[in-house]
Amino acid sequence: MNSPDALIAAHNVCVEFAGREVLHDVSLELKPGRVVTLIGPNGAGKSTLARVLLGLTEPTRGHVERRANLRIGYMPQFLSIDRDLPMTVKRFLQLSGVKDTERIKAILDEVGAAYTLNEEVQVLSGGEFQRVLLARALLRDPDLLVLDEPVRSVDVTGQAELYDLIGKLRQTHRCGVLMVSHDLHLVMAATDEVICLNQHVCCHGSPETVGRHPEYFAMFGPTIARSLAVYTHAHDHAHDTAGHVVDADGKVHDHDHHHGQDHSHGHG
Amino acid sequence: MGMDDFLIRALAAGLGVALICGPLGAFVVWRRMSFFGSTLAHSAILGVALGYALHFDMTLGMFLVSVALAGALFLAERRKTLATDTLLGVLAHAALAAGIVFMAFLDTLRTDLLSLLFGDVLSVTPADLWWIYGGGALCMIALLRIWQPLLAMTVHEEMARVEGVNTLLVRFTFMLLLAVVVAVSLKIVGILLITSLLVIPAATARRLSGTPEQMAALAALIGCLAVGGGMAESYVWDLPSGAAIVLTATVMFVAVSAWPKRKTTA
Repeated sequence: MNSPDALIAAHNVCVEFAGREVLHDVSLELKPGRVVTLIGPNGAGKSTLARVLLGLTEPTRGHVERRANLRIGYMPQFLSIDRDLPMTVKRFLQLSGVKDTERIKAILDEVGAAYTLNEEVQVLSGGEFQRVLLARALLRDPDLLVLDEPVRSVDVTGQAELYDLIGKLRQTHRCGVLMVSHDLHLVMAATDEVICLNQHVCCHGSPETVGRHPEYFAMFGPTIARSLAVYTHAHDHAHDTAGHVVDADGKVHDHDHHHGQDHSHGHG
Repeated sequence: MGMDDFLIRALAAGLGVALICGPLGAFVVWRRMSFFGSTLAHSAILGVALGYALHFDMTLGMFLVSVALAGALFLAERRKTLATDTLLGVLAHAALAAGIVFMAFLDTLRTDLLSLLFGDVLSVTPADLWWIYGGGALCMIALLRIWQPLLAMTVHEEMARVEGVNTLLVRFTFMLLLAVVVAVSLKIVGILLITSLLVIPAATARRLSGTPEQMAALAALIGCLAVGGGMAESYVWDLPSGAAIVLTATVMFVAVSAWPKRKTTA
């Protein structure tokens, strides 16, 4: 399955921690301009797989090929800056090695956080900080973005906006994207390929194919899986004032839009 | 040649130590490594005994033991079986106990244990000044060279690695710098107080700084003020100088903390 334009290819990767296997025989490929999303329950090995692809963790067996001189923009799952460290957004972005203030401003503007330039990072809201992290990942003009839970600590509206933004960035920057997520519904609209992971690759393919896959049903249960139907065409509806879903043709659905969100707490 | 020489040497040594402790102390605070500083200091007695037994300079002895300790911690951390805090708890006191036992064997060695524990600025020799300014200058140059990557990995180690920082090399370099600084600073404030010279000026500078670089520079300045003030008090009131320096730094810390926070410009 190794194609010549792959940015990173993992071949039969296994990872063990203290004798316990957390990844078994995982193979995958990341290509320019494609968004691949890793989903799976907590403890499925999603972050571990991302770390193996980034070169932060060595696989116990199998191997990973990276294109020569591959530039990666990485947005980690957890990042908190000590209060004892005075740090503005601008200085934080300069830590990437890019000093050019004009470029920093341009990228920050692109992620919709230009106004934070001189703010202290510790006072930013969750959504603002995620955007700043995204800017940091983009600054080095990456061939590949690796985003580990990019919408953590962001409210539901903010999540949709961020996923929209990530979808646009893929086009404007022509980079590949690997996202890690355990919330399925919003990811679906912004992704080309979904890989369901639970120590091994349960199933993979387009969001629609995966949504119908029996393994996927088994992992997330029928209610979660069914809620996907709402979100795969998330762009042709809006919300009315009562929070109901209104289709593009004006028909109001009688079920609540937040349906899937409620259920996603069950497995998270 | 007289009393003045001692005082000038003492002041020069103190200021040199404060200058280098400022920026390194800022990283000690950001990286939460104050226990590491204390551990290095605890190993100093072993270094003194070793230097005496093998007939070389005691500062060199302290430096070698500190480096060995930093190396041991570095290797132990990589195995990730125990928390760093626990490892330091083992290393600090093992080194201290080994130093005391080793010293007991060397009955010809007459070292004033109190001056080791609390510092003795008036015993600073011209050779010590060479150690402080030579070693300090080298540390400063090295710190400037690793500044950017060290700051990046202090914020997030793995992000820095993905961005191309050789984190192992930078971390080990920083540990070595701390080992040098602790070894050359011990004469001034002693084993028990050295960490305070790293932590208190940096903590005081935090309230007054908007960037990491400002905080590092201010910490050096505040350290110098504490050394100058502490030595003056020690001279006028005949106080133990190391303790006077640390108390002066503490008074500045409290004063700055009590000051109303300035409004940040929007």
